[in-house]
Amino acid sequence: MPAVPVHPTLRPSWGWWRWTWRTLVSMRTAVALLCLLALAAVPGSLLPQRGVASDPNAVPQFFVDHPRLGPWLDRAGLFEVYAAPWFAAIYLLLLVSMLGCVLPRSLRLWRNVRARPVAGPPRLERLEQHRSWNIERERISDARLAATSALRAARFRVDIDRDEVRAEKGYLRELGNLGFHLSLLILLVGVGYGKLVGFEGRVVVVEGQGFTNTRSQYDEFTAATLTDLRELTPFSMTLDAFDVVYANSGPNLGQPLVFDATVSVTKGTGAGAETTIVRPNEPLNVDGTKMFVTGNGYAPVITVRDAKDNVVTSGPVVFLPTDQNYGSSGVIKAPDAQPEGLAFEGVFLPTAATGTAAPISAFPDLQNPQILLTGYSGDLGLDRGPQSVFVIDKSNLTQLSVDAKPFQISLAPGETVELPDGRGSLTFERVDRFVNFQVAYDPGRQIALLAAILLLVGLTASLTIPRRRWWLRVVESQGSARVELGGQSLTRRSLPDRDLRRLESALAPLLGDASDSLHDDRRYAHVRD
Amino acid sequence: MSATDLAIWSDRAVAAAIMVYALAMVCLAVTTARLRLARPAPAEVVTANAAMVFGPSATSADESTSGAAWGPGSTPTQGFLERLGVVLLGLGVVLHSAGLLTRGLAAGRAPWGNMYEFTLAASLAAAVVLLARIRLAAVRVLAVWVVGIVLLALGLAVTVLYAPADDLVPVLKSYWLVVHVAAAITGGGIFTLGFVASVAYLFRERAERRGAVPRDGLPSAGTLDRLIYGAHMVAFPIWTFAVIAGAIWAENAWGRYWGWDPKETWAFITWVCYAAYLHAQATPSWRGRRAAWLGVVGYMAFLFNFFGVNLWISGLHSYAGV
Repeated sequence: MPAVPVHPTLRPSWGWWRWTWRTLVSMRTAVALLCLLALAAVPGSLLPQRGVASDPNAVPQFFVDHPRLGPWLDRAGLFEVYAAPWFAAIYLLLLVSMLGCVLPRSLRLWRNVRARPVAGPPRLERLEQHRSWNIERERISDARLAATSALRAARFRVDIDRDEVRAEKGYLRELGNLGFHLSLLILLVGVGYGKLVGFEGRVVVVEGQGFTNTRSQYDEFTAATLTDLRELTPFSMTLDAFDVVYANSGPNLGQPLVFDATVSVTKGTGAGAETTIVRPNEPLNVDGTKMFVTGNGYAPVITVRDAKDNVVTSGPVVFLPTDQNYGSSGVIKAPDAQPEGLAFEGVFLPTAATGTAAPISAFPDLQNPQILLTGYSGDLGLDRGPQSVFVIDKSNLTQLSVDAKPFQISLAPGETVELPDGRGSLTFERVDRFVNFQVAYDPGRQIALLAAILLLVGLTASLTIPRRRWWLRVVESQGSARVELGGQSLTRRSLPDRDLRRLESALAPLLGDASDSLHDDRRYAHVRD
Repeated sequence: MSATDLAIWSDRAVAAAIMVYALAMVCLAVTTARLRLARPAPAEVVTANAAMVFGPSATSADESTSGAAWGPGSTPTQGFLERLGVVLLGLGVVLHSAGLLTRGLAAGRAPWGNMYEFTLAASLAAAVVLLARIRLAAVRVLAVWVVGIVLLALGLAVTVLYAPADDLVPVLKSYWLVVHVAAAITGGGIFTLGFVASVAYLFRERAERRGAVPRDGLPSAGTLDRLIYGAHMVAFPIWTFAVIAGAIWAENAWGRYWGWDPKETWAFITWVCYAAYLHAQATPSWRGRRAAWLGVVGYMAFLFNFFGVNLWISGLHSYAGV
């Protein structure tokens, strides 16, 4: 009840609530809500979305490009449309509307199935299909029996009344309809359960290196509310090799043809590693935790020595690809170099193009690998807080230079360059590849799959199974008798012809001259649902 | 025959199919125009001719108080031209199928791995659906428009979207490509017939609402309404299957079955539009005109999902490139 006293007439009455409920569960509202749902889904496909995998940087970029519009769109939830309250409001209302409509309907179906089939209309000749024949009196009961058994053989529910034989078929249509709508509810449960308990993570693994399924090993980890971090499936894997083949010729030069990651997997704490190949469309599956190959790139192996010839950093450095031909950019950090910390940034080109002004890669594979770097010295600022491994903080750094010109490093694998002012050296040892693995655990997906199957089966049944009724009646007058047969479809589609054929052939041996009258397109609108 | 030869033969077959379809369209257009022009008053001919270009318009419907009314009961004379049109349509389908088949053989995979091939396959589906239902008089009247859409799609395919036959990127190498895309293509083909019938319905219904029985050569609104429902009723479960198969594939390729990628979003929007149509059919206040509009919007969403999302929006499906 509201805390503020309201005028009695303004207080929503019982009738008002009932009206609201009736409106909500009406089909009219359902159609309107469906239209609204379709409309509401549109902006999410046109504006960049948070948490949509294709480009995680798209939303920040939009804010940079549209500094005034961005925050307003954000306030309306337009960068997270599918998690926005207004989007949820639409589909939850739709769900309530659907249940309010479907549940009473299934109750009605239940009663229908238990009750006797409905009595026929007074005049069968006005139904969609109709036949009548003269019949000899002594054959009346035979005719009723023949029709009954024909209908039963066609799996109609048949009820024999004193005046007429009633038959109905196609309850599965309603059941399918019910199953379809309930499957949507189950689907939502599956999606929700997966979102509550599952997780998604990303990890970059360089050839020869490994990964153990614990939270700290992930580069990016999206845990759900109820994810139990101690319960992550225990396994570890090593990326033994990553084989890539690019089209060397043909119309799609440079198009990737093969991405094969050879991995050794150790399940649990046990020994005995198993070697398998993981490739696109063939993920690694360890008890429901799946690892997918979603990307790859190059990790040049770099060794930096300082002024005292001590190795201050050595190993593969992940360079992120920036174009189709895997021109990649990255940074190398050596904060402990003496006398001052060293940092480098630049590009790696798997196939450095010759004769172009700007450094670009001409082919995605390693045909003429080259690394182009500029160096910095000073305090890298790593003690001041966490930093991205792909960015250097240049605020306390000075660029390495020779004769007041920036010092340019350009190396092929195996080459070493001496840094100016005796600061040490940098060696480009070789190139390894890295693989982006997407790791997903979604225990709700089986539920969702089950719901999807139920949805499809229910939908197909509800659209294809014709629900229809037949009545057979014998009219006696002045010594003669007539058999009247009438059929009516309960759906928009007309009656299937097989029913009538079946009944006719069952009755044919018992009848005299027929007086046919087949009515099409003359239906009782009120008989249909 | 080498793969290159097969690819060349595929291109030739498609070019031949385009020509044959064009002839079929001319025959069917003349037939449909004759329905409209049956016993016209001399003064009306100009209006009707002008209207023919843009489809049945309300202007000519207004003027027509007499003349040939076309209903499901009164079948028009099976003219030679109409029969020729249907035969040419069949020949076009044969050539079109041959083009698609040789393309698949040339590439050594299901021939729907890029936009060109998808357009080729989806337009074939539309033509096959048309041919399968050509026995219905109402469908014959609409045939010219369906063939028009098929021709438009093929024209776009060979000019703008053309891509030489080649192998697929690794992420597309999956039998789900065959299943998922084949279902989308089939659904799309049937939706095309539903769309043409919906547009015809909207014109016809408006004319009927204004009183007089229009002499526009179109089937009655009731007939069209049943045709639309029949098409959507068949296509909707197929589309649903396409979306589900896509979700299963996505789970297997990217680790999630639904991620609101633009392609997924527009498949969802299409699905919801057609679901709304089917519900509207059972709702008195929505039945008829509004329901037909939902069918039109659904088809637009389907088209946008293919052309708009592939060409303008970047997402995980972007490799299905031009």
